[in-house]
Amino acid sequence: MTLNIGPQHPATHGVMRVAVELDGETILRAQPVLGYLHTGMEKQAEYKTYTQSIPMTDRMDYLAPMSNNLAFCLAVEKLLGITPPPRAVHARVMLTEMTRLASHLVWFGTHVMDVGAVTVFFYAFRERERILTLYDEVCGARMTATYFRVGGLAMDLPADFLDRLSAFLDTMPGHLAEYERLVTGNPIWLARTKGVALLSKQDALALGITGPVARGSGVDWDLRRDMPYGGYDEYEFDVPLGTNGDAFDRYLVRFEEMRQSIRICRQAIARLREIGPGDYRLRDYKYVLPPKELVKTSMEALIHHFKIVAHGFFPPAGEAYLGIENPKGELGFYFVSDGSPRPWRMKVRSPSFTNLQAFDPMVRGRLVADLITTIGTLDIVLGEVDR
Amino acid sequence: MIPLTPERIEERLRERFPGVAFRRQSGEAVRDHTLHVPADHLLEVCTFLRDDPELDFAMLSWIAGVDWLPRVPRFEVVYGLLSLSRRVRLTLKVAVGEESPRVPTVTGIWPTADFLERETYDFYGIEFTGHPNLTRILLPEGWVGWPLRKDSPLGYEEVAFTHNTPGRTKPDPGLKKLAPKKVRYRAQ
Amino acid sequence: MTGHRNPMDDDPLRILGPPPVPPRTSDMDAEVPEELRRSLFFARAENLIGWAVNQSRANSIWPLGSGLACCAIEMMSYLGPGFDVSRLGAEVMRPSPRQSDLLIVAGRVSLRMAPPLRRLYDQMPDPKWAIAMGACASSGGIFNNYAILQGVDKILPVDVYVPGCPPRPEALIYGLIKLQEKILASGVELGPLVRKRRKKGGS
Repeated sequence: MTLNIGPQHPATHGVMRVAVELDGETILRAQPVLGYLHTGMEKQAEYKTYTQSIPMTDRMDYLAPMSNNLAFCLAVEKLLGITPPPRAVHARVMLTEMTRLASHLVWFGTHVMDVGAVTVFFYAFRERERILTLYDEVCGARMTATYFRVGGLAMDLPADFLDRLSAFLDTMPGHLAEYERLVTGNPIWLARTKGVALLSKQDALALGITGPVARGSGVDWDLRRDMPYGGYDEYEFDVPLGTNGDAFDRYLVRFEEMRQSIRICRQAIARLREIGPGDYRLRDYKYVLPPKELVKTSMEALIHHFKIVAHGFFPPAGEAYLGIENPKGELGFYFVSDGSPRPWRMKVRSPSFTNLQAFDPMVRGRLVADLITTIGTLDIVLGEVDR
Repeated sequence: MIPLTPERIEERLRERFPGVAFRRQSGEAVRDHTLHVPADHLLEVCTFLRDDPELDFAMLSWIAGVDWLPRVPRFEVVYGLLSLSRRVRLTLKVAVGEESPRVPTVTGIWPTADFLERETYDFYGIEFTGHPNLTRILLPEGWVGWPLRKDSPLGYEEVAFTHNTPGRTKPDPGLKKLAPKKVRYRAQ
Repeated sequence: MTGHRNPMDDDPLRILGPPPVPPRTSDMDAEVPEELRRSLFFARAENLIGWAVNQSRANSIWPLGSGLACCAIEMMSYLGPGFDVSRLGAEVMRPSPRQSDLLIVAGRVSLRMAPPLRRLYDQMPDPKWAIAMGACASSGGIFNNYAILQGVDKILPVDVYVPGCPPRPEALIYGLIKLQEKILASGVELGPLVRKRRKKGGS
């Protein structure tokens, strides 16, 4: 029997369609049918300047928007060969780790809710509201931040942001302990996730799986530690690793990643306090907007501002790829530039798209209920899958 | 462990495939180590890159198509390889002509290429010979055309403003705006 | 309260014309003062049953969470503890369109998703409403290209447009309140029985 788990599900994972071939309740084959959210972002990026494409990146993995912004900005900065000032670098790390925390909270809430425990959704979203309020303070938007720019940040951090973030981070370990008490030892949770959605280490490598899905299967690979980018080499953190490759191990990996994100965030706050106030954007006016005070007083800065805003900056003709560790896996941007302000090609290496290839091997021979657990444990975001 | 430099990778490749013309992409802003590989040698080069213990490019990260209209050959398929043990990335490029856009599939070497090649086929129309299921993946099944090619339009729909809609200088007269009403909320 | 303008009285949302009503056979409305007719608590109903029906429909809307993209996450926030929508009665997100009466199109509608979305709307029983949440559902948003439908109102009739990218949960709650006002001001089809009685009364 072929069952269609249609594009409209209870609104957690977006519009993915799965064509499942069943024999009774056992799954013989599960084929994901994608494209219901295809937005033509890669085509559209060829018609917009680099800065104009940054808002589009927020809408890709909409659970971790600042992480997408970071990948984009770092890739363009690699193409240009510039590095933002230290304050911007550490602020970016801090906000990206907050984003990782927010993304994992959504994963946690929706995954456990899909499996059955609806209460957890409310707990996770309660914490997420606080993170979104912090986002709001920093850039004005709750979710689609578009806060990073090529060369730094769009605007400086507010004055007492670090205090408020510290206060929030101080409460988080208590909440995480609460969730652990609620879920981790729970016999129903263990029955639903232990031994479910198995992925072996060889399969993970062969299928190009990255992120917590791969780490749950024992692949010890984390781009922040192994190919550091954007200032991560100055931070101290552990990378959790699973052994069995089942949903429970991935759950533990992501949970521990939340704790490590808090740790990195704290180090970033300390670093920012140490650096003190400073430049939040690189003063390379060929590529980066000059500060407003200079625009109003200096003629060259005014011309640079006008040129960058009206025409865009002119990167050198070349190509660059940069992959970062998104909460879902390796998010990479490949830019081909022909010297004009619009990219010739922007390619997004999307972790959820690649990780979805593990879906079929994970559910073969299992029951239909495990299908839902598998979708949750893969932690896919359809905006990123379909771009 | 000796760090794997781009020179070492090219040296190993040239000694293993002496007849194959590898060309390193040069350019001031080509930030990654990029090698051009002819399409007929792609499979053996990739198998070697994956299986050789010193190189160990175990993971294919991404596949992209690039349309270089009006340059000839028109398309390029770019493969991004990753060696986890050596912590090195390598980019391979295969030039594809417009008349017969065909490249052998690497799904036999890295099964992850399944979706990635389907996506490139979907966007550019480049056929990957030997692919188990080469069908459209992101666009609807019956879609005609290859959207990411440079001669395909963006599909921009003109937004109707008063300046570009003939005969229309005011908002639609049929649209009735309700008068603001005094809404009394219970809390008050 | 002269001189004190309540900003809540300005209508930032576009409402597509007057609320849809079935054709009127009586001119009962001519006697009712304009202001009263538009007020929240005097629904344009034929009698008390109509008012009660409108109240119950407005205060217990069951949405079908057609959450497509980023707006769906803000919709999840609006269901969640911070901006609890269950105080308005609309937290029961039904998974099936046959059991829901509001379609919140939350997110960009790609051309591939448009037929299933229309099918969902058709499968919903009357009375049904639709909210276009976000810029992409209202008009295509920041995406004006080959893949995205420029506004979901091209395929289904929308009652309330909620702008934003994504709209804050408070904005969506405001949109829902506007929809509730619209429902309360709607005429209620009470069937041939009532009309026959009124005809007998001599109109």
